[in-house]
Amino acid sequence: MRYNKIILLLCIFFTGRLFAQEPAADTTDLMAQLENEASDKDATNYTSATFKTTRLVNGHTVENAAKGVLDVKISHRFGTVNKGAYELFGLDNATMRMGLDYGVSKRMMVGFGRSTFQKTYDAFVKYKLLRQSSGKRKMPVTVSYVGTIALMGMRWADTSRKNYFSSRLSYTHQLIIGSKLSEGISLQLMPTFIHRNLATLADEPNDLYAVGAGGRFKLTKRLSFNAEYYYQIPGYKVEGTTNPLSLGFDIETGGHVFQLHFTNSTGMTERNFISGTTGKWEKGDVLFGFNISRVFTIGKNR
Amino acid sequence: MKTFILSALCLITISYNATAQKIYTKNGNISFFSKTNMEDIKADNNQVMSVLNTQTGELQFSVLIKSFHFQKALMEEHFNENYLESGKYPKATFKGTIADISKVNLTADGTYPVSVSGDLTMHGVTNKVTTKGKIVVTGGKITGNTIFSVALADYKIEVPKLVENNIAKNIEITVNCLYDQKM
Repeated sequence: MRYNKIILLLCIFFTGRLFAQEPAADTTDLMAQLENEASDKDATNYTSATFKTTRLVNGHTVENAAKGVLDVKISHRFGTVNKGAYELFGLDNATMRMGLDYGVSKRMMVGFGRSTFQKTYDAFVKYKLLRQSSGKRKMPVTVSYVGTIALMGMRWADTSRKNYFSSRLSYTHQLIIGSKLSEGISLQLMPTFIHRNLATLADEPNDLYAVGAGGRFKLTKRLSFNAEYYYQIPGYKVEGTTNPLSLGFDIETGGHVFQLHFTNSTGMTERNFISGTTGKWEKGDVLFGFNISRVFTIGKNR
Repeated sequence: MKTFILSALCLITISYNATAQKIYTKNGNISFFSKTNMEDIKADNNQVMSVLNTQTGELQFSVLIKSFHFQKALMEEHFNENYLESGKYPKATFKGTIADISKVNLTADGTYPVSVSGDLTMHGVTNKVTTKGKIVVTGGKITGNTIFSVALADYKIEVPKLVENNIAKNIEITVNCLYDQKM
């Protein structure tokens, strides 16, 4: 009898289980359950493509070249447009920078370049400290550090004094705090510290501070409007320099990104454009420029 | 006698429960392939969710677009940002039926050709899709395979003029799911 009861209970258990799930368990419900299990709770979803490329106009964005990707950058800045038709609105003059960036890991990128502006060599390392994400791990911003060393390659104007090699060097430390607010809008803040080993005049500071702000606004899937501005902190800037303001467009075509812009700075390394811009927008000291980025996958992505 | 009837009843319910099952997977594979003279593009997704009701032939797929991985990081970015717009349309789904599921004997090893039809939704567009597939049973393991082709234009996936020679107009999609779990 006892044996029977156990079997009966087992039967009830199994049939009960069967009936309990049968009406609800068509494929749609099971799929909904699977999707729910696989949803945000368990996976961290890292934000991608906050900006189209690693530069906004002159300065860095929070983006890195992907791991194993070589990014060849050719940038031009022409003369100021207020020179008029005789100089074809500045196109007769050009300053250029050639550079190579490489994604070492998911978080780290290194690069170097050479500008014709003051024959400057520059090298940098950029590291993503925080990555914007949603899901299991939530992070509202991406934070990158960029450290740049620049070498001024011009011959010394004054050869009568002792000129040190170290006097050619300047260093820039930047934090870039960026966020992709929506598919179309990404903004970033860039607190910046620049140290020049040699100041031009004795009463000029060697340490310069600036805060940058910038963003991109997508107009179409492959076209975006970019703005970049650096505010130099009074007292920690070189007298006679202006704050750089740049406005431009990113145009993306396959493996290329073309950046066309108007800016008041001629230099393309941090020390030159953040602390060495002299052009004034209101006077028409604005120049046309472009960056071309072409990526090559040379290493393993993952 | 009572015991016998109860046991029989019990067995029947248990076995009925066993055959009325749904089988599913959370790590099925879907890959796609675009072949042009300019370049071949391939992407893999190993986190495909699929559910098959082995009695009724009901079949469903749910595929996260972001889980397609490419050889080139930039291709993956463009795929998500510009083509499939995974921010707006995070997943692709298929809801359909295997018409001739009754021909498949899940207890006997073999390869059973089947015909699948249903609604494929991706990039916010739903189209009817019919394709031939195979159900392979080996040692109690059930695998579903199919290869079919979709036209990008049918799903409003626009390819800019500049790269139209690099991306095929019809993309070959390969599905391979081992239904390793049951319910």
